[in-house]
Amino acid sequence: MTTGLGETQAADHPGGGHPGAGPTQAEALRLYESMALIRRVEERLRDDSAAGKLPGAVHLYIGEEAVAAGVCAHLSARDYATSTHRGHGHFLAKGGDVRAMMAEIWAKREGICQGMGGSMHVADLAQGILGANGIVGAGLAIATGAAFGAKLDGDGKVSVCFFGDGASNQGSFMETLNVAALWRLPLIFVCENNGFSEFTPSAQVTAGRIADRARAFSVPVAEVDGNDVAAVWQAAGEAVGRARDGGGPSFIEARTYRIQGHFEAESFVLGNGRYRESDEIDAWRQKDPVAAFRARLVESGAASAKDLDQIEADVLDRVTDAVAYAEAGQPADPELAETLMFAPEPAPESEA
Amino acid sequence: MARTRLIQAVHDAVVEEMARDPKVIVYGEDVELSIVGDLRGVHEQFGHDRIRNTPISETTLTGMAVGLAAAGYHVVVQMMFANFFYTGMDAIANQMSKLRLMTGGQVELPITVLATIGGGSANAAQHSDTPYPMLMNLGGLNVAVPATAADAKGLVKTAIRSKNPCFVLEPNGRGGEFGEVPDGEHLVPFGKAAVRREGDAATVVAIGRMLKPALAAAAALEAEGVSVEVLDPRTLVPFDYGAVLASVGKTGHLVVVDEARECCSAASQIAAVVAEQGFSLLKGPIRRVTTPNVAIPYAPNAEAHVIPGEARIAAAVRQALGQSQKVPV
Repeated sequence: MTTGLGETQAADHPGGGHPGAGPTQAEALRLYESMALIRRVEERLRDDSAAGKLPGAVHLYIGEEAVAAGVCAHLSARDYATSTHRGHGHFLAKGGDVRAMMAEIWAKREGICQGMGGSMHVADLAQGILGANGIVGAGLAIATGAAFGAKLDGDGKVSVCFFGDGASNQGSFMETLNVAALWRLPLIFVCENNGFSEFTPSAQVTAGRIADRARAFSVPVAEVDGNDVAAVWQAAGEAVGRARDGGGPSFIEARTYRIQGHFEAESFVLGNGRYRESDEIDAWRQKDPVAAFRARLVESGAASAKDLDQIEADVLDRVTDAVAYAEAGQPADPELAETLMFAPEPAPESEA
Repeated sequence: MARTRLIQAVHDAVVEEMARDPKVIVYGEDVELSIVGDLRGVHEQFGHDRIRNTPISETTLTGMAVGLAAAGYHVVVQMMFANFFYTGMDAIANQMSKLRLMTGGQVELPITVLATIGGGSANAAQHSDTPYPMLMNLGGLNVAVPATAADAKGLVKTAIRSKNPCFVLEPNGRGGEFGEVPDGEHLVPFGKAAVRREGDAATVVAIGRMLKPALAAAAALEAEGVSVEVLDPRTLVPFDYGAVLASVGKTGHLVVVDEARECCSAASQIAAVVAEQGFSLLKGPIRRVTTPNVAIPYAPNAEAHVIPGEARIAAAVRQALGQSQKVPV
């Protein structure tokens, strides 16, 4: 069934990589579900953070859901992804378990990292999620290393690095573009340009166009509306397909906006300081990626409002269940850190 | 036994492990020609998919090791000079030493980092540091400091087989020195010190490059009638405190020789633990012989003045013993 979301329609295009083909109806519904799940999780974390229920800071992805959903739709658990401090969306879209993530953020033993990592560091190696990362730009080199491994394996795996416009000012961005282009690594750079480096508007700290930095290394570039999940999906499909086929790295700049602050409760640190105007936030609320995609699905006839309401209701149930699971979880083991620094070693084979 | 240069021993270890395990991947700056000399010929033997030159991008070299290890490979990164760790430090300090804990134990990071430590070659301050204290402080890194060819081979092989990040720090300027290396498979376990010279009057713990001047000092002291036991810890993480405490139990005196700067040196750590756990064994204060808290100067005479040498080590032993016994002059 046609969704009217792409230039042309292909009946079947597993793994992406078919330029011009929009998502099928089933894929479109999965994209919607993925975005809706992220939105509801983040809204619940926003509320629970405000209520003082969470032990640490959370950096929320509200408004940017289309990027994670559109890119990760082309990935399987065999593929790798690195993420940022704003990483819940990537974790969920890449196949991470919502209960395990929620328990992690609640600092519980049942958390995906047993309560040792927290919100900024959710990782699920079994799903190829190499981790959210608290160091801006750190995921670039890790994703490059994983892409090197994928290339050596030679079996079509790819690696995706999600990073922000802030990270594009780290030297590692130039270094990894260079290595990835030189070695033709199956790596997709996904720059989520949300307009802010923490509390500083990007224009104050970023010269030129970020995409031009990738062009300087002859890396193929797509600049897309990061609030348009179909556009992200399209660009990511081409990039992932190129990487799987041995065509080397690609760069996607997704222009989007962070509706929430850099982190929740940021007003406590900002005092009377202000780094953006409410008019700007309101203008971007009008470009809400979840609402926009819902409208397009209904208008194109790809889904009925009732279908989408059902998805929303199911997603909300999953979030409610995940929070209940997290709340009921066991406190983290305070002695676990002592045992987790080193992996157990194999028995020595000979001694000097 | 075969008489082997230290860098050849490192080479042999890497080649044996690459042949044993196809997942062992080596990279770094200039590794194909091997300017350091420890990987010469490896590129010709194994090819571009197993060992390759990288750009001069230390931030990425260390970070890439984390991703490649997470993807199932055992990574050997040749960093040349340990001073270059500073450039690549985020991935060392914030990623490879922490991610096992931060992921709740999901990830194994089998990474071996090779580099030379120490001065003595008029390389000046930016190529002469001994920065293992910062590695020891991170908690999640093994640190090996081979002083002999046999240990260089055995410790590199153990590192490559480890499931954890391991730094094997080769003694600068000693790569051409010969030592006897056992034939066949030779592994040296981490956390097991070696007694290099037996004695009963004082214990000298000498780390890495400091073993040679410590043994020279011990020989000089022997001529004075002072019998010095010299211990080579071989690894700093894990550290064989048991061996040091056992030796101090015999001698009652401890001198720790460390080329790192005095402040927060490995010597400081060893002295602190022995003071805590072995106070009753001690007949006098522990002495540390370290580089003062200065950058290493270029001029050879100025460099030799700050880096611990035979004379300073011998003087420290006499000083330690002077607390409780008469030292022959």
